Amino acid sequence: MMEPGLYHMLFIGAALFFIGIYGFLTRRNLITMLMSLELVLNSVCLNFIAFNKYVWTDRLDGLFFTVFIIAIAAAEAAVAIAIIIHLYRSHGSIDVSSAEDMKH
Amino acid sequence: MMKGETIVFYLLAALTLVSAAMAVGTRRIFRSAVYLLSSLIGIAGLYFWMRFEFAAAVQIVVYAGGIAVLIIFSVFLTQRAGDDMPTPPMLRTIAAAGAALLGMGLVMLQLVAHPFPTPAVAEVDRSVSAIGRRMLATGDDGFALPFEVVSLLLLAAMIGCIVIAMRTKPNQP
Repeated sequence: MMEPGLYHMLFIGAALFFIGIYGFLTRRNLITMLMSLELVLNSVCLNFIAFNKYVWTDRLDGLFFTVFIIAIAAAEAAVAIAIIIHLYRSHGSIDVSSAEDMKH
Repeated sequence: MMKGETIVFYLLAALTLVSAAMAVGTRRIFRSAVYLLSSLIGIAGLYFWMRFEFAAAVQIVVYAGGIAVLIIFSVFLTQRAGDDMPTPPMLRTIAAAGAALLGMGLVMLQLVAHPFPTPAVAEVDRSVSAIGRRMLATGDDGFALPFEVVSLLLLAAMIGCIVIAMRTKPNQP
């Protein structure tokens, strides 16, 4: 087997990204869609760290991008879950097809 | 004979990808959340494998400790955890799988054709004290401005969550 390197990490990143995209397209429940989105964000973080490790070894930018992405993802998840719980209170369901009040 | 390091890498990669696939594939929403948690821990293991200890620690504290627990709590608040979710229509599953596989194929084609430079420079110091100095430095290579902007964003998100989740009285318009 090959020695793991940049291409292995980028393959894992791409596979995670498209697993997340698949979940986002098939699910109709808001919480599971949010979970797929977290997978996509994680794949991006993994790519940043891999580039920092194998290509730009003399810098720390990939690490800082990852830390800031994680901070923003935490804020985004908190706001999304607040919205989901509010939607559940007002509609009694968190299926995306039940939240179409703003159609038209 | 494979080196131990290589075996650990393939185990972590398998943990990450298999549990991610189970998280988007299973019909039980609570199992999906737990598979997501193990996928996030696998990614933290990959960061440890690449010797990015700080990123791994942040991943475990914020993702595995914070976001995954938040998601599990919201599952308990909004779902009956034992119920199966409805199966998506066959057409939607096929279309989503086709889109994902097509995208994956295109990305892999680009990836194998692209030669990345492999520099011979020494690795920079990645200790926590060096990271902290870089994060609060105001010079050309410092990250003080994004740090402050992110702290403002977190404050705004906190206030937004409180305002959204506040219970409105039923007799108010």
